[in-house]
Amino acid sequence: MKPAFARRFIAGVLGLVSVVAFTSSAQAAGDVKHPREVNGSWEGPFGRFDRAQLQRGFQVYKEVCSGCHSMNLLHYRNLGDEHGPFYDPKYPNPNENPVIKAIAATYTLKAVDPDGNEEERPGLPADKFVSPFENPSQAKAANGGAMPPDMSALVKARHLGGDYIYSLLTGYDQTPPKGKSIPEGKYYNPYMPGGVIAMGPPIVDEQVTYADTEANKGVKPTVDQMSRDVVAFLSWASEPHQTQRKITGFGVMAFLLLLTTLLWFSYRQVWRNVEH
Amino acid sequence: MSGPSSYVPKSDLEKWLDTRLPIVRFMNDTLVDFPTPKNLNYWYTFGGILAVCLVSQIITGIILAMHYVPQIDMAFNSVERIMRDVNYGWLVRFMHSNGASMFFLAVYIHIFRGLYYGSYKAPREILWGLGVIIFLLMIITAFMGYVLPWGQMSLWGATVITNIVGAVPFIGDSIKTWLLGGFAVDNATLNRFFSLHYLLPFVIAGVVVLHIWALHVPGNNNPTGVEVQDVKKETLPFHPYYTIKDAFAICVFLLIFAGFVFFGPNTLGHPDNYIPANNQVTPAHIVPEWYLLPFYAILRAITFDILIIDAKFGGVIAMGGAILILFALPWLDSSKIKSMRYRPVARMWWFAFVINFLMLAVCGAMPAEPPWTLISLICTVFYFAYFLVVLPVLGVIEKPQTPPASIADSILQSHKKSAGVSAAAVPAE
Repeated sequence: MKPAFARRFIAGVLGLVSVVAFTSSAQAAGDVKHPREVNGSWEGPFGRFDRAQLQRGFQVYKEVCSGCHSMNLLHYRNLGDEHGPFYDPKYPNPNENPVIKAIAATYTLKAVDPDGNEEERPGLPADKFVSPFENPSQAKAANGGAMPPDMSALVKARHLGGDYIYSLLTGYDQTPPKGKSIPEGKYYNPYMPGGVIAMGPPIVDEQVTYADTEANKGVKPTVDQMSRDVVAFLSWASEPHQTQRKITGFGVMAFLLLLTTLLWFSYRQVWRNVEH
Repeated sequence: MSGPSSYVPKSDLEKWLDTRLPIVRFMNDTLVDFPTPKNLNYWYTFGGILAVCLVSQIITGIILAMHYVPQIDMAFNSVERIMRDVNYGWLVRFMHSNGASMFFLAVYIHIFRGLYYGSYKAPREILWGLGVIIFLLMIITAFMGYVLPWGQMSLWGATVITNIVGAVPFIGDSIKTWLLGGFAVDNATLNRFFSLHYLLPFVIAGVVVLHIWALHVPGNNNPTGVEVQDVKKETLPFHPYYTIKDAFAICVFLLIFAGFVFFGPNTLGHPDNYIPANNQVTPAHIVPEWYLLPFYAILRAITFDILIIDAKFGGVIAMGGAILILFALPWLDSSKIKSMRYRPVARMWWFAFVINFLMLAVCGAMPAEPPWTLISLICTVFYFAYFLVVLPVLGVIEKPQTPPASIADSILQSHKKSAGVSAAAVPAE
């Protein structure tokens, strides 16, 4: 095959990839404002979560979001996993981590005792995050007919999920365009598809009090800061192994690059006397 | 190409085995001594790459099946559990989901390479037809696999695609109900899709064996399209010459694969499939995975009734025909010359066909509204015209260049040319 042809073909394949990427993003846009970028420390191959930020984000989820939003795919033990908000190298098994035990114990769960009687017991690290509602119908009834989505995989489940949630949380300050009618009990938010959202502004400045630690020095609980923190936490929660994935990835890429180089020279060596 | 076997059993065990089950002889003749044209370029490495893709999909798939639960209330969470709680489950799952994309990327390059060099022409019609069967099985397998995570796109994609069966006149609805195991995509559908998704890859593996068998009778085509005349001068044993070249190409391909798996595992997927399936909420746009977009566009391109065929059934016929027409290609192309290297006019049409195919992919991703409906229709017409008009007519009216008399000649010529160029000290391109 002629090199010019090869180049054109590769350009074509790259073209397909970019066109598909473009169309899928154009499609997701629709009647929505393009989200603002959260620019989180965890983004990109080299990005890593800031542990203090993850802890603040969990605090915001616990004290604000969890009033309505479940996180059914998470267990309290996950918080103590490697690269997680409360990981402690002394406790490779997070079920033994006293911080995790203490967090779990702040929740009360319904259980059945050995005699078959219903009882309430404190949470354990192995328990799933407690849901705010008993069932979907109750969740809807308590929220004006709209079901607050489960947040476990929310960042993965939205186009540009982190940016989207950040923009949504900070996007209540904008005035609706002329002629846009907002139904009674709903709110305007340009980042929500359709512009109308059932959730009222969920956070206000100073709503939570961040722990006075070295890592939190100078961090003020503004709407913007809390939004960034909770997006960090939700990004982690949507794929708790993502840091491990990236670290493994560098090892795999380095190995493959080395192997590719060796194979290239072997190929040259094997073919050195062949006219082709 | 098959010929007298060059295998000489050395050990007593090999001699004993060779008179009973000559499996070592078979492996030697197909994987070691197999004479392969000297002049194959990198576009010919995709066969090996595809074999790696198939093996990778089967291994990761078997592991996933150990943890996956094919039940509508648990399927979504079981996939999430694989990625959260199973040791390296995230790696296995991302290799499998991105592996499907890589598999299709490679198969499209492999098919377009065959179209360019005329690899479907005599004596390779069966080889080509088996390839089309593999492609068809891949599409069905990938479609069913996409249903298994039971996200929003799983459910609604399955609903849209199985609805097309209902377009068959008179008996369509009955067939659809029979296929789904009910009146809608539900638990019964998920169960049978899981069963078939596990079965079909092994069927593919079987057809791949036939595909390779059919390749090894006439031997490889090559970029000149001229058949091997002198085995000694024009071919090399497959091992070590092509094992090492394929291994290098596979490794480059794995680098791209790993790039997606480790640094953008959800780039090629749709975010909606991380929302659990809900039959009460329809997604704004229902789109298949990127690799099925061109055929999805052809399905939706027919928006008008043709005589007694209504638009919906017309779309089904067009989509099915778009794949089935490939079976007829060896007899539709009337040119005696295989490689488009020596068919300048046909080459331009081939490029137009590739661009048209990419355009169909774009149409498939866009909502079915103007101007996309019209563009889809034009592209669909061109897709069929390429096979039904362009290739049959071009072979008769075009003035091709003269291909080299033999592979050895072509190698000699290209060496002369490059020697001449360096002698004249023309800077390299």
